[in-house]
Amino acid sequence: MSWILALPIAIPFATAVLAFLLRHGPVGRLISIGGAALLLGATLVLLTEVVEHGVIAAQMGGWSAPFGITLVADRLSAAMALITAIIALTVSVFAMGEIGEEAESLGYHALFQVLIAGVTGAFLTGDLFNLYVWFEVMLIASFGLLVMGGSPAQIDGGVKYVALNLISTVMFLTGIGILYGMTGTLNLADLASATDTVDQGLLTVVAMMFMVAFGVKAAVFPLFFWLPASYHTPAFATSAVFAGLLTKVGVYALIRMFTLVFDNDQAFTHTILLWVAALTMVVGVLGAAAQSDMRRILSFHIVSQIGYMVMGLALMTPLALIGAVFYLLHHIVVKANLFLIAGVADRITGGTELSRIGGLYATAPLLALLFLIPAFSLAGFPPLSGFWAKYILVRAALEVEAWVLAAVALAVGLLTIYSMTKIWAGAFWSPHPDGRDPSLAQLAPATRAASVWPIATLAVVTVLIGLFPQPFYAFSEAAAADLLDPTAYITAVLGAPT
Amino acid sequence: MESLLAIVVGILAASAVYLMMARSMMRFLFGLMLLSNAANLSIFVAGRLTEGAAPLIEDGAEAPAGAVANALPQALVLTAIVIGFGLFAFALVLVWRAWTILGTLEADDMRIAEPKDPA
Repeated sequence: MSWILALPIAIPFATAVLAFLLRHGPVGRLISIGGAALLLGATLVLLTEVVEHGVIAAQMGGWSAPFGITLVADRLSAAMALITAIIALTVSVFAMGEIGEEAESLGYHALFQVLIAGVTGAFLTGDLFNLYVWFEVMLIASFGLLVMGGSPAQIDGGVKYVALNLISTVMFLTGIGILYGMTGTLNLADLASATDTVDQGLLTVVAMMFMVAFGVKAAVFPLFFWLPASYHTPAFATSAVFAGLLTKVGVYALIRMFTLVFDNDQAFTHTILLWVAALTMVVGVLGAAAQSDMRRILSFHIVSQIGYMVMGLALMTPLALIGAVFYLLHHIVVKANLFLIAGVADRITGGTELSRIGGLYATAPLLALLFLIPAFSLAGFPPLSGFWAKYILVRAALEVEAWVLAAVALAVGLLTIYSMTKIWAGAFWSPHPDGRDPSLAQLAPATRAASVWPIATLAVVTVLIGLFPQPFYAFSEAAAADLLDPTAYITAVLGAPT
Repeated sequence: MESLLAIVVGILAASAVYLMMARSMMRFLFGLMLLSNAANLSIFVAGRLTEGAAPLIEDGAEAPAGAVANALPQALVLTAIVIGFGLFAFALVLVWRAWTILGTLEADDMRIAEPKDPA
């Protein structure tokens, strides 16, 4: 069954090639949707396999680990791949209603699928250098998507995005070089034990290089500035998939490296992570409070929410890791959805600047309802998914008597409500300043369906996680147990220790 | 030889950081290019250097006789050079577009996406 590991990477790549060949005309977007649906099927099979049989690994090209490139899926990787597929499917449907023929003939769908391949590749690889390659695949595709259209704001945001992400890339590469020089291996499972016998001081230095490299990708304080500079400039479908997935790949890489490889000097590394988490939460939410554009508010909230996930990793207790995993899964769905809603709001009201739009509650009540679900979930209202995610994390903080951290997490939750209320008041509650009556009926039926269905689907997922948290909690619990005790992961890759 | 290359890496990295501190995006890009070369070189050195022994295995043998050069870092560096070249080419075109559209490459003046005073 190990071929199932390669499918989530191969399917988007094949789709990208097809979509590129057929980029002129309406077939391309259908191919993109079809590819995403296939990906969803493949990742579902992968997840069931992992849940039933435990961690699975495959050696590419028949070179046995640690010499070849390993693909490996534990619960966390498989679940992240599944969520990626869900976002890919919903966003590619949404793109039908937004992405014009010009962007399509430039290869929008092909780039989108390459981006998805990079994301699933990063989740499923078990090799550090391979992880670097997937990061680059993801990065180059995101560059293309970000500046597609070429408006001055896009180019301006693009320069900052590209510059800071390239620094992170070089940092990552240098870290890989030094780690290889110290241990002689780049296989993650092999590194887990190889790092125990090397110079621990130098190892901590390398760990910090990785923390900076992945910290830029994950947009943590003080490395997040590229995110609010660029995420509000591209097409809404593009910023939704960025908001949902890209920073979370950074968080995933942080979680993977700092539970499996860099777990030797936790008193030092995880204390830094703790500070980073608290400052990320606070600075992100304060940044959002100062903004008046819907997408910029949401962009700063990505930063703030990343803080919660890093907090779970930094505490490093079983409950905290459960919280981090739960938060990751819930957040991707909610955040992508909010950006999609901003896209619809932009289309029917003529902008995302809150002072210039309004009236959505009176004339588009369906959209208002669909906004409230992810917005309240983001802020942590019961019984939505965000409530459980925050509840677990705050409880984990209280358990280890990290009172200040718990207080910060709760206060940031309150400020999140403030931002969501601001969007609600500006875009939904107050009348439109130009006296327009924005309603979904303005959209052509096909566009309306392509816009509303993805949003509704993601909202249903949010509500389901909120109403039936038990299976998701149990899953996160098992995933966190895998992270804390990586024996199964190492055995699956390297074989049983002799 | 390793220590000599390590010093070279250090000089490259230092010049790169100096260039990247500049406000001009062009200088920043040149700095980035130097820095990525420093990273490539450090991977190469990390694999330890063996002079004049190609990693070739005799016909019929399972392993090379005696110490040979480590081929893995060379493969890694080759991959990294190719990727770095692609990224740098993209960044160069992007900066050129930025110059034609925005009319400046001073980081302080590039505020279209983030206006100082949101109207």
